[in-house]
Parts: sequence; structure tokens; C-alpha cells
Amino acid sequence: MDRRSFLATTAAGAAALSFPAILRAQSKEPLRIGCPLPLTGPFAALAADMQRGAQLAEAELNAKSGVMGRKVEVLFRDDQLKPAVGAQRTKELIENDKCAFIVGGLAAHVQMAINEQTKKSKVLYISTSQSDEISAKPDTSPITFHEALNPTITCRVMGKWAAENLGKKWWIVYADYAWGKQCNAVLQEALKKAGGTLLGATPYPLGSAEFSAHLPKIQAAKPDVFMNVAPGADNIALHKQVISFGMKKDMKIAQPLLWISYLKEGGPELYQDVHGAVNWYWELQDSIPTAKKFVDASMKKFNLPPGDYGAYSYSGVLEVARGTELAKSTEADAVADALRKNPVYDHFKGKQWWRACDNKSFQDLWIVKGRDKAKGDWGLMEIVSKVGANEEYDRTCAEKGLA
Amino acid sequence: MPDLSTLLAQVFTGLVLGMIYVLLAIGLSLIFGLMTVVNFAHGALFMLGAYFGVFLLAYTKSFWIALLVAPLMVGVLGLLMERFLIRRLYGRSPDDPLLLTFGLSLILVEGVKVIWGKIGLTLDPPRALAGAVNLGFMAFPAYRLFLIVVIVAVLIGLYFFLGRTNIGLIIRAGSRDPLMVRALGIDLSRVWLLVFGIGSALAGLAGILAGPMRGAYAEMGVTMVIESFVVIVVGGMGSLLGAVVAGLLIGQVVGITTLFLPKAADIMVFVVMAVVLLVRPSGLFGEAGLLE
Repeated sequence: MDRRSFLATTAAGAAALSFPAILRAQSKEPLRIGCPLPLTGPFAALAADMQRGAQLAEAELNAKSGVMGRKVEVLFRDDQLKPAVGAQRTKELIENDKCAFIVGGLAAHVQMAINEQTKKSKVLYISTSQSDEISAKPDTSPITFHEALNPTITCRVMGKWAAENLGKKWWIVYADYAWGKQCNAVLQEALKKAGGTLLGATPYPLGSAEFSAHLPKIQAAKPDVFMNVAPGADNIALHKQVISFGMKKDMKIAQPLLWISYLKEGGPELYQDVHGAVNWYWELQDSIPTAKKFVDASMKKFNLPPGDYGAYSYSGVLEVARGTELAKSTEADAVADALRKNPVYDHFKGKQWWRACDNKSFQDLWIVKGRDKAKGDWGLMEIVSKVGANEEYDRTCAEKGLA
Repeated sequence: MPDLSTLLAQVFTGLVLGMIYVLLAIGLSLIFGLMTVVNFAHGALFMLGAYFGVFLLAYTKSFWIALLVAPLMVGVLGLLMERFLIRRLYGRSPDDPLLLTFGLSLILVEGVKVIWGKIGLTLDPPRALAGAVNLGFMAFPAYRLFLIVVIVAVLIGLYFFLGRTNIGLIIRAGSRDPLMVRALGIDLSRVWLLVFGIGSALAGLAGILAGPMRGAYAEMGVTMVIESFVVIVVGGMGSLLGAVVAGLLIGQVVGITTLFLPKAADIMVFVVMAVVLLVRPSGLFGEAGLLE
């Protein structure tokens, strides 16, 4: 080794060892946020919506010089709707791609697997789909946040509203898995509280396309309200078959959540006058300025209004950015503390806040119903009423084992 | 205990459900029975029938034209699949066509998503069949009554085609003793091409007919393949009569179990399958079937 290269090497080594230099170098690194989503498989349409939401947040942050001067990069990975794959992709996002945060996950069981990994790696996670467990013992943690609604909130709100406004004698058909069973239990409780009567509740195996065998006895029981607690393609098949048995003219039809992509898929006739709750619908832009900004950005970039799940991931990415700015750090505990100390935010639909004891986001909901004639391509629903954010709709932290 | 009219309504609904199971399974049964090819692309062809139906309906504004043309289009696709891909695998292990058709089904499902998007499509029944008919003991979908007519017509057509025509005779002979049929100077490869085409067209027919009841979406074949396999395994692989009897049996099992214990409906189907296989390992009509 000659003198020149010796000097060069030692100089480089010295620079590498000097701590402030590392900080400077790192600060130029982009801030990476990992986003595992089921981009292929049955939830692909919802996942694509979530991907667009996160991309909108990324573009918005970078348009105003990023976060603490660092460019924001959201990295998407396909978790294939499988817990093991979700955990593996999350581990790679953290260890190989150096993601400082994880935002995403769709379906409760995949969220749990992602959350196990982020807890282990001490990385803050904002979960963006429905789950009761993610904000309760033993799954939750001080660095696990939950942006989405959960079955308890959704079904308490929808159950109460439907019992007060649609009728008091119900029949529930629900998918026999976690979300369906939880929702069925909460709906029954809400109905009872409102003084209603349950005529029957029938489970069916998730992923069924045939419901005809369920319908004769419901037809004979003549409920006021038929509650469809079926997700995915099942939801459409059940509505189609209920209508074909001539039941829609005899009873009101409701479901806990109205997903806009299902309305698109099933067609307006199928969902006409079907009532459900939503966390977000793009026509809120008519009354809420931040909603207008969000919809405009989405129309400009994708020529599509953002859907309800896209809204969760949009908000989730903006929240880790806000937490980082507040904490002046990406370290999980510091960001989590900063968010809990400054819990109120408003990114796209009015005031939301984090409850300190369980890191759960509280937010407004809306009751909507399907329109008979769509307004344009995506004007498929009509807003019926607003249900203001209220911590009473969720279980208390004591009930979640967090008191 | 439900009253008599509810029970009657349930039995009737189960009967029609059973006919629908027969419709789903018949193309799969035909191809297996005559060619011993397990066509895993059955579900994907079923899905394509519904998708082609949606587009023909949008283009021609006529459900009836779509109902005729969509199965033909799927049938042509089946012909191409047999001629250029499956034919190369005859005489090899039965696993090979199974793997090939499984791969094809993945390509078709993902291809449909690439072309038509991840959100499914709307397929409504024709106006005249949209509502329910009052049968006295219940209101029942007119569309499902119409399906019974179609399914019975298809079964009668197949029975006469296979049992009463020369070409049917050759098809049946070819499935029993291909060597002998070839020795008589008959080109069996054309016969198998035809059978695969008909089986595919029947999957397509089931698809466009199922769309108005179930919706049209890329993964719609996944559930359907399971339903179809249960029917043909219980009925006896390859027996058309077996598929009909098994379809009706499973329709009743689902119907009655759903009435009394809805949670168990799914499991009961597999219990029936297990019991049948214990007693008759080749299925109800596995040996005595028309097309063995």
C-alpha cells in the first residue's frame, strides 16, 4: 500500500468513525416506510386502493420538502394475505430496506403477524384494517397504533342506527370467522339494548357463493331488517340471492360496512337502499375541506376517488410523518410518545385522535345507502347521517386488559 | 320444529340447488369420464363464461345471445387448449395434465385481472326472470326455475348425443378401449378434441348462468371447483348419472342441514363424501356408470 492510498483509507475510516458525520450522512437518506399489503389474491382491489392512498401521502409529503428534510419513500410488498408471508416481508422491509416505520396490513390475522414482527424489531406500526385484537391485550404494544375502525365500533354504530331507524325485528346472516362472529355478537348486543328482537342469526362458511338454503326460513320469519354480514364476493352473492327470492320488497337490508368497490362490482340495482356504515366516502368533499384536498389529489394522480381503505393508509403514512416531526426522531418509543402527547390530527375527514391507553384512533363515521342511479362512475352512495367520533363505541381500555 | 310449508320450501330450494350443482359439475365429469383428464382449469373456464357473458350482454344487449355465444367462445378456447397443450401429455402420468390445467387456470385468472381489473363485473338476470314467483308455499326466484329447464335440456341433449348418435358411440368406445378403436381406423385425437371442447363449453355455460346468482369476478371459479369435485367424487368420477344423483343428494344435504344446524352445512357435505367413499371407494356410480 503506498502512502497516498494509506492516507485516503485512514481518512475515510476516520470520517466513518466520527459520529456527527454519520448523522449528517444518514439525514440525507430517505425516510423509508414499509407497506405490506395483499396486492394479489381476493383482496387485491382493496389493497390497490390502499397502495394509492399511501402513494398520495408520500407525494404530498415530498411536495413540501419531506420529513425533517428527508425525502419520504413508501415501499410496497405483497403479503399474499398470508400471515407468514406478511411477517417475512415486514422483517425484510425493516432489516434489508431499513424502513423506519411499517404502515399497512389488510385482514386481521395478517396484521397480527406483522405486529409480532414490528414489536420484535422495535419499529412503530400503524395498522390500517379492521381488528378488535390489535388494540387490546395481548397483541397490542406501546408502539402499535390502529388507524382503522374495528368490528366493535362499526357494528355498535350500525346496530344502534339500524335498530333505531330501520326496524326492530332482525335476521342476521354472518360469515363464520373472526370478523363475522365478532360483528354478529356486537350487533345482537346493540339490538337488545335498543329494545329489538332477534328472529334468527345464521352462520355460513366464509367464501360461499350459495345462500339459497338459508333463505326460505328467513322469508317465512318476515324480519323488518335483514343484516348481511358477509365480506368480499359473498356479500354480492348474498344480496343477489336475497333479491331473487323477492325478499327486498318485504324487508330493509343493511350491513355493517358498505364498501364502494362492492357497489361498483355488484351494480347500483343490487345495493339500492342498502344501508351501511363507512369511515370515508369521497362525496364528503362537499362539506369537508381536507376531504376535498384528498379527493382532488387522487383524481389528479389516479383519475379515481380514494376509497375507504385508501383513506386509512393515506392517514397512516401522514401520521408517522407527523410523529417523526414532533419527536425529531424516528425511534419508535419517541414517536409513539409524541403522538400520544399530541393526539389530535385532521388529514382528510375532520378531527381524529389517538386514545392514550390503547393507541386507537377515534374518528367520525357516516351512515350511507346505495343510490338507485349512480352519479357518474363513483357516485354510488348517498350520505344519510353522520355519527360523531366517540370513545364509548369501542371497548374501554379496562375491557381490553389495558387499564 | 319448522312447520310443513317451511320444510317443503326448504326441500324444494335444496332440489334446485342440487340441479345447480349438477350444472357446475357436468363439464368436469364429461372430460374426466371420457378422457381421464382431471381438468383443473374447469373453474377458470367457468369464470370466463361469466366474463364473456358480461361483454356479450353489453355489446348485444341480449341475454339470450350472450347465453348462446359465451359457452361457444369458452368451448373454442377449450379446443385450443386441448389441441396445442393437453394433447402433448396423453399417455403420461395423469398428474401431468392436472398440473398443466392448474397452471392454465392461474394464468387465466390473473390474465382476466390484468385485462378487466381486480374489481368484478355486474351480471344481472334478464328482466323477465329477475323477480320471484309465488309458488303458494314460498316465493321462489324465476331465474332458478328457468335454470331447471336449461339443465334438464342439457342433460337430455348429452344423453342422446352420447347414447344415440354414431359419434357418441365412438366417444364411449374410445374411452373404454382406445387401442381397439384406433385399430378400426378411427382418429381418436379428433374425438378427444371434441370432448374437451364440449366439456369446456359446459363450464362456460355454467359460468354465464351462475353470474346472475353469484356475481362475476376473477376468483369465482375457486369455490365452484370445490363444489364440482365433491359432486363428481360422490357420484363416481366420470359417471354422468352419478353426477346428477350426487348433485341432487348434496343439494338436499346442504338444504336440510342449513335448516336445522347452519353451522354444520359445510361439514356435512364432506361427511357425506367420506361416508360414500368408505362404502363405495369409486363413488356411487363409479363402476356401473354409463360412461365408464
